[in-house]
Amino acid sequence: MKRVYVNEEWCLGCHLCEYNCAFANSGMPDMVLALKGKPIFPRIHIEEGEKITYAVSCRHCEDPICVKSCIAGALSKEDGVIRIDQNKCVSCFTCVLVCPYGALAPNKNGVMQKCELCLRNASGEPACVKGCPNRAIVYEERGEAV
Amino acid sequence: MKQYVIIGNGVAAAGCIEGIRSLDTESGITVVSEEKHEVYCRPLISYYLQGKTDLSRMLYRGEGFYEKMNCRVLFGRKAVKLLPDVKKVILDDGTELPYTDLLVAAGSSPFVPPFEGLCTVKNKYGFMTIDDALALEQGLTKDSRVLIMGAGLIGLKCAEGILDRVSEVTVCDLADRVLSSILDEECASLMQKHLEAHGMKFLLGDTAVRFEENKAYMKSGKTVDFDVLILAVGVRANAALVKDAGGDVNRGILVDSTMRTSLPHVYAAGDCAEGPDSSIGKQRVLAILPNAYFQGNTAGVNMAGGSASLDKAIPMNSIGFFGLHAMTAGTYEGELYEEKTENSIKRLFTKDGELKGFILIGCDERAGIYTSLIREKTPLSTVNFELLKNHATTAAFSSETRRKKFGGVV
Repeated sequence: MKRVYVNEEWCLGCHLCEYNCAFANSGMPDMVLALKGKPIFPRIHIEEGEKITYAVSCRHCEDPICVKSCIAGALSKEDGVIRIDQNKCVSCFTCVLVCPYGALAPNKNGVMQKCELCLRNASGEPACVKGCPNRAIVYEERGEAV
Repeated sequence: MKQYVIIGNGVAAAGCIEGIRSLDTESGITVVSEEKHEVYCRPLISYYLQGKTDLSRMLYRGEGFYEKMNCRVLFGRKAVKLLPDVKKVILDDGTELPYTDLLVAAGSSPFVPPFEGLCTVKNKYGFMTIDDALALEQGLTKDSRVLIMGAGLIGLKCAEGILDRVSEVTVCDLADRVLSSILDEECASLMQKHLEAHGMKFLLGDTAVRFEENKAYMKSGKTVDFDVLILAVGVRANAALVKDAGGDVNRGILVDSTMRTSLPHVYAAGDCAEGPDSSIGKQRVLAILPNAYFQGNTAGVNMAGGSASLDKAIPMNSIGFFGLHAMTAGTYEGELYEEKTENSIKRLFTKDGELKGFILIGCDERAGIYTSLIREKTPLSTVNFELLKNHATTAAFSSETRRKKFGGVV
């Protein structure tokens, strides 16, 4: 299955992926209207260490601990994609407590959200990948951990 | 072909069903459900009273789960006897259920101490099941003065759930602090202040010794007048079925990391089971929903002939009240690293070069990175712990570890 991967040596730390993600999931037709002057709640985030930056979004784990731990039955795996039913989520934050990647965070209303690969929004393919100026983020099929 | 029988119909049972069906889509599964409800999210009963969910959304796996999983469910039935020698379970209506592999996921029951005069209290409720919540909802009015016995996870979530629907909520507990099973004194005090600011009242280090209809006489000599009494003192594992059949039972049904009990072909999972807690290296009842699923799923895979082992179970909780979240995991021993503000506390406990536990109140971002360090027993010498203390980030791992975590399928 295709997933989003980041080549950290190519990441510039420009945070454009965060803006593209927030826009793609805003449901709005215009990026300026969607984002300008507002706090953004992207489903991908840039991690910064010493001399290193890289983007992190859901790994769509083979054995997803978030799905197994969700107290509301709101997280599920469909065709390999980990999805959240925001209508069922009660914002207990158990998924935040267990995700080893820090890939879940609340939206502006406090309801959990996560990367669902833009498969069901207007972008249709991961907007973070499409907009990455240095092609650090890629959407591809990879085998077992290399 | 096998014949699976599951006693109980909670999240551990659902995990077992999904575990079995991941390997065996053919054999029959019979679920014995004392509650007349499809599997629902038990911890959400307080959210139901708060108006944050409803009965349909509370269904753990939505409508049609049993049909999809090809299970037969006997609603309103209770297992009363286990005969491991002939591999049969006897139900309360006399039905005999033969099994090839059995899961006991019977949950826990409220423990009610023998309070004097408790029988004179007319409006009293437990808070364990959806039926408890629905009954309580009927018993509440906007003028109700509510007394809750127990300031643990159940008592306080109940208090939060009903606070806006009633006139007054007082919570008492013999412990000197709220959430005493997961919070230390200072963290409990921060949470208590937050709850008091929202209108809850507390009588801590105090408990009722006697009831007279609508009045509680407390150990301290105080009296509390109430209209509704809620008992959330504690729970006990439902272990009798296995114990009476000669299986090993301590506080819960003893299981190994594969969820096998001491009886052949009998497994146990969830709140009734006492399995390995890797944070202390001993058996312990870990009565939390994630563990119920992990254990049930592990049992299911093994019942279907697979080989699953639950080696990383630890206590962990995420519990929020009126927007303030407390996250806890592991054990609170060893060296303490602490950060505090007026509205938040972060406490990380390290020992033997590993992160052993944490308490995070109001600072929960990406806390799962900390949890994974505890679960995986990651040597802190292999990470940049100075960076991690400040905030949970995978940037603290070596580039090699990051490549494994982010470079392929995990």
